[in-house]
Amino acid sequence: MRLSRLGRLLASFAVAALLVWGWQLIADYKLVSPVFLPGPDRAWGALVKGFSTGDLGVKLLATVERMFWGWLIASLIGIALGAAIGTSPRLRAYLAPMLEFLRPLPASAMIPVAIAVLGLSNGMVLAVIAFGALWPVLLATIHGFSAVEPRLYEVGRALGLSRASVIWKIALPSASPDILAGMRLGLTVALILSVVCEMIAGRDGLGNWILLAARSFRAPDLYAGVILLGMLGYITAVALAVLEARLLVWRNRAR
Amino acid sequence: MVPAALIVLAELAMRIYGSTSMSLAAPSDIVAAFFAIMFDGSLLLATRDTLVSAGTGFAAGGFIGLALGILFGLVKPLDRLMEVTIEAIRPIPSVAILPIAMLVFGFGYRMEIAIVAFSCLWPVMIMTRSAMAGIEPRLLEVSRALRLSTWDRVRKIVLPAALPRIMVAFRLAASIALVVAVTVEIAANPLGLGYGILVAQQALQPAVMLAYLVWIGMVGYLLNAGLSLMQQRLFGRAGRVEAAS
Repeated sequence: MRLSRLGRLLASFAVAALLVWGWQLIADYKLVSPVFLPGPDRAWGALVKGFSTGDLGVKLLATVERMFWGWLIASLIGIALGAAIGTSPRLRAYLAPMLEFLRPLPASAMIPVAIAVLGLSNGMVLAVIAFGALWPVLLATIHGFSAVEPRLYEVGRALGLSRASVIWKIALPSASPDILAGMRLGLTVALILSVVCEMIAGRDGLGNWILLAARSFRAPDLYAGVILLGMLGYITAVALAVLEARLLVWRNRAR
Repeated sequence: MVPAALIVLAELAMRIYGSTSMSLAAPSDIVAAFFAIMFDGSLLLATRDTLVSAGTGFAAGGFIGLALGILFGLVKPLDRLMEVTIEAIRPIPSVAILPIAMLVFGFGYRMEIAIVAFSCLWPVMIMTRSAMAGIEPRLLEVSRALRLSTWDRVRKIVLPAALPRIMVAFRLAASIALVVAVTVEIAANPLGLGYGILVAQQALQPAVMLAYLVWIGMVGYLLNAGLSLMQQRLFGRAGRVEAAS
């Protein structure tokens, strides 16, 4: 069973390698203008060069830092708010219409407003990222809390637990799969918003770098940046999935 | 209630401190600005640009995603073979495609449509695939017992069973389409609502900027509400159950 999984993975890698090779062929024979599509060799070269001069590493770190802090702030606020709203029907009745209106608002539409209020600062970038990544966490938390098995709440009441310990001992663990799913979504949003903010506000980072590369027609640099962003997205998603599996071990064991 | 109270509070605060701010405006000024840009047509024009780009990109991305999702859901070996490729492309943030689209298409509708399509494709594909995997196995057993052909199985069992969840995917993709379209406009493309709000900010017209913001929120809300309504109409209880998640 394990071997066949390995075999499948290898075959799947082979297909990916084949596609990269196809890309190389297209670039080599200039089927698409090299201005738009440099071969993977040139993109890789640009990637290596960027890292060896140390330029790209700094930019990558700046983007990661921005994304991480914004996401962390959003997650903490989202879980706290979500827990408050999710356990109180009255609060939900008051705030739900407003949340419904704010939720579909594109977070990037807040960027001009944030620039106007906070200026072109790192605080502005963090505020926008936190605002955008807040929604998935908040809504998932509210949903997770309201989807808790009602009998568990009854048990809590029967045991005479306080509201805080009901949240801590019953609702939070039982809503944690939803919350973690929301946080994963929030991380994706955080990465996107970091890139957008860097593009618009000109903060140093990968987003700014690829935009400048595109403007000066440095296609290999651009593709290197895009590949790096893809890798960043992938690694963060995997890291969170691993974390999720660790945290939810009890849940799988119970089944 | 709460929003109304907040609006009144904001109005009072702006009146008391005097609305000379470069970044914020009193709600009454925002309403005035809103009607001003509404009646000179710039708002409607921008809305049209945004919706056309978002809609076209959504249609293209949604269609490709649906087709790929059904294909991968049906042909398991293909799904496994493409796994690495898809997992390598999917995590690329949609806005990272922006500079590439800018290089290839220049500014304008096509570039925006390409990015919107790219970002709509993945959720539709993945949710379609998982919707097909999540079909009650007994239904598939029934189809086998009835000796349906593959095509009949897709048409009569798989698609109807997966449709409510596919609809959820489309709803998600539609809201993503609007968000991405506005984002692209703010970041680069001189078109539509996103560009309008950026220009208003740079012209130091906070009332106009916030009017745009409110309008974008309203468009997003209406789009969402319309899609929910459609989902409920089409699928009744099944749709509603899924909509909660």
